Amino acid sequence: MHRFANPTRFLRLADKIIPWAGGVTVITIAAGLYLGLFASPADFQQGDSVRIMYVHVPSAWMAMFIYTNMAVASAVALIWKHAIADLAAKACAPIGAGFTLVALATGSLWGKPMWGTWWVWDARLTSVLILLFLYFGYIAIWRAFDDQTKAAKAAAILALVGFVNVPIIKFSVEWWNTLHQPASVLRLDGPSIHPSMLAPLLLMGVGFTTYFIVVLLWRMRAEILGRRIRARRLARAGMGG
Amino acid sequence: MEDLLNFLGMGGYAAFVWPAFAIATAVMIALAVDSRRMLSAVERELAGLEESGAGAPDAVSQGTGDDT
Repeated sequence: MHRFANPTRFLRLADKIIPWAGGVTVITIAAGLYLGLFASPADFQQGDSVRIMYVHVPSAWMAMFIYTNMAVASAVALIWKHAIADLAAKACAPIGAGFTLVALATGSLWGKPMWGTWWVWDARLTSVLILLFLYFGYIAIWRAFDDQTKAAKAAAILALVGFVNVPIIKFSVEWWNTLHQPASVLRLDGPSIHPSMLAPLLLMGVGFTTYFIVVLLWRMRAEILGRRIRARRLARAGMGG
Repeated sequence: MEDLLNFLGMGGYAAFVWPAFAIATAVMIALAVDSRRMLSAVERELAGLEESGAGAPDAVSQGTGDDT
């Protein structure tokens, strides 16, 4: 971890990872879409509306996974003052917010034909909406401070405090008598979903994850170079003053 | 043709399924485009600064204080 506190070394590694992650993204999402839209069966109760699952579930997974990454990066930044951990957390946030929005929107589109409603204040939906607000709040904190060091600290604290919401989202369907269906994949008894549906779901999950890696590394590169620009401008101001 | 229409109809759920995939696609494309644009703008600005010979050699910094 500390080896990659050196931004230059990190950027070199990122340049190697991006093409591979990009290739895996294209292949797995293409395969996932083919299986999900064409080659997998409709559900006996939900019909073809079940195909929304192939974007809804991976988006929800990413929403929680990215927030977890953000919280870990924030802890690393606060505890070890790791040079780029706070930039990693900052870069995660818009991507996480995007996936959370997709999860909520596709969930609504699935809920209307199946539950008869676009929205219900059940435990899972409410806690995911709170996750979205946490992402927005995190992004707003970075923008609220001129001093980016202070912004990083305040944002890191919000990310860590907000992390309690992630297990709440995960276990909400078990802890409370709630409308959203319980877990079908990550369960102690193993997945309850048929392999013909599990395969495209996992492919889309992998594809969304490698997509996140590519976009995250682009954004981290921009943040690291942005920091260099600020350092040079300060040096120029110092020399010229 | 009939197969295509059946496929597009999604068993009567087309009005829900296709917008769901469209939203996911649009958000993911928008994030990728925004990220690439952000990176290109920063790379251009840094190249401009380097050409004009501004500032000290690359500062491997943890973030400076006042950052305006």
